[in-house]
Amino acid sequence: MATLTRPAVSRAGRAGDSRAVGASGKLLPTIVLLIGAVYCLLPVAWVLAAASKSRSELFSTFTFAPGSGLLDNLRELFAYGDGQFLMWAYNSLIFAGLGAFLSMLVSTACGYGLAKFTFPGRSLIFYAILGGVLLPGITLAIPQYLLMSELGLAGTYWSVLLPSIISPFGIYLSRVYAAGAVPSETLEAARIDGASEWRIFRSVALPMMVPGMVTVFMLQFVGIWNNFLLPFIMLSDQRKYPLTVGLYTLLANGSGQPALYSLAIVGALLSIIPLVALILFLQRFWRMDLISGGLKG
Amino acid sequence: MDPTTTDAAPSVQTGVPRRVTKPRRQRRIAPYAFVTPGVLLYVAFLLIPIVYAIYLSFRGLRVAGGAALGRREEVFVGFDNYAKALTDGDFLAGFLRLAVYGLIAVPITLGLALTFALLLDSGVARLARFSRTAIFIPYAVPGVIATLLWGFLYLPATSPISDVSEALGFGVIPFLNGSTLFVSVANIAIWSGVGFNMIIIYTSLRSIPKELYESARIDGANELQIALRIKVPLVVPALVLTGLFALIGTLQLYGEPTTLRPMTSEITHTWVPLMAIYRDAFLRDDLSLAAAASVVLAVGTLLVSIVLLRFTQKRAFGE
Repeated sequence: MATLTRPAVSRAGRAGDSRAVGASGKLLPTIVLLIGAVYCLLPVAWVLAAASKSRSELFSTFTFAPGSGLLDNLRELFAYGDGQFLMWAYNSLIFAGLGAFLSMLVSTACGYGLAKFTFPGRSLIFYAILGGVLLPGITLAIPQYLLMSELGLAGTYWSVLLPSIISPFGIYLSRVYAAGAVPSETLEAARIDGASEWRIFRSVALPMMVPGMVTVFMLQFVGIWNNFLLPFIMLSDQRKYPLTVGLYTLLANGSGQPALYSLAIVGALLSIIPLVALILFLQRFWRMDLISGGLKG
Repeated sequence: MDPTTTDAAPSVQTGVPRRVTKPRRQRRIAPYAFVTPGVLLYVAFLLIPIVYAIYLSFRGLRVAGGAALGRREEVFVGFDNYAKALTDGDFLAGFLRLAVYGLIAVPITLGLALTFALLLDSGVARLARFSRTAIFIPYAVPGVIATLLWGFLYLPATSPISDVSEALGFGVIPFLNGSTLFVSVANIAIWSGVGFNMIIIYTSLRSIPKELYESARIDGANELQIALRIKVPLVVPALVLTGLFALIGTLQLYGEPTTLRPMTSEITHTWVPLMAIYRDAFLRDDLSLAAAASVVLAVGTLLVSIVLLRFTQKRAFGE
């Protein structure tokens, strides 16, 4: 009975509400949010303007005025160190793309196993994963480096790629998602039909877990793309650097050679464009509620 | 978070026993096949490094044998490295700086994220989609690049902010000097973190049943009261989670001050604990001390996280 009356009440409430919130009630929230937007776009606007400035314009003209050196800056950036910038971009793409993809697969399988089966050792694994979520991974970078050196892998692609694949938080999210999105009845029905466990995982569970997988992939992709300390410690060959470490070296050398500042600025612009595009594109596919609800249970 | 609450299906006992044997055995093995890759990587890149770091932290170089021979050997030194790390002024000063930085960055990031999320959820703001996307964009900018951008916005020669303040007669703002430096570094973290946290809180707000607001409105509550009395208490779990990650992130501060170093002389080699650890390991070649300091930092982070979880869970779920 209550549900029958609710629509009427709700309509009345909403009508009263919009009457109460007049032009002034809308103005303040709009202004506050727009101030936030301007604050967040300010450095982006700056880098757009600064990237177009020639070396002399950078320190002399008004900061947000566009300059005339964009093409020169781009040409110099791509020529720097025999095309090192493109190598860095390629490396970042490999580390983040391949690392996030493998991480997604490992996390999905592990999360599915933890959520949908009861087996000896499950609690132990689960609590170990939870402990891993709370542990700052970066404090492990130095022991990881020492172990990689022992194995003769320090300085190789593997030394950055392998530690990036394991993500306790990704496993945790996958488990939460599998528990909610994959009904046990469906799995049972498939078992009664005689499907193998691998086939059930691949054809039944995996399609149901896609939104969770996209979320894990995005979080890992951004995390690896943004990582600095791990590649900074592991790699010594400039040609293996990802963008973050490469641009850092440009900036660090820039205090001696101001010419490098312009290159670092154009490089910064070029390296944020693909990630911003990716995030704007994938924004609608990923499930942020997974994260916000993650701590409830 | 209790693993026993998940609904693993009861095993099916029906069917002809002979036909069931194979699938049942497969089903006993299957979960191990699914978790093995994750567990192996966990052991290789988390567990073994932790154990190795702990082992190293108890080792050290000592002069062995007679004074005449004076050969340095790696031996077990007990808690010497921990004593050294915990009495190292540089290392401890790093924690102090981290505390100042965290006290600025964490509350402002979460406060702004919550404010923006509540305003978006109120549904009255215009251009809300544009603002939401714009505020989220910094999440796509790596910390090192964010630092590079803000660094130029701080440098007197290129700063538009200092241009404005000079034009108004206040002179150049010393972004990278004195106590302003902490605000400047914190600002980079706030800029990077607000959008992501805002989206998490906003998604959490959207999952609250709208009926709750309706009845409050009928009772005469205004939008501000609804926001503070109904919405905020209901998104506490999301706030705890974002707070926890902000805190863990704070203790890992490294890339931002390292990138700012070329721009200001005030950021030393040991400005934050991780920088001191890096120096011990790679500039001083004292791996044992670096390992001990890493363990201190990791244990510290774990303790802070656990205290935060305990404290907030009591507040949020205790009643």
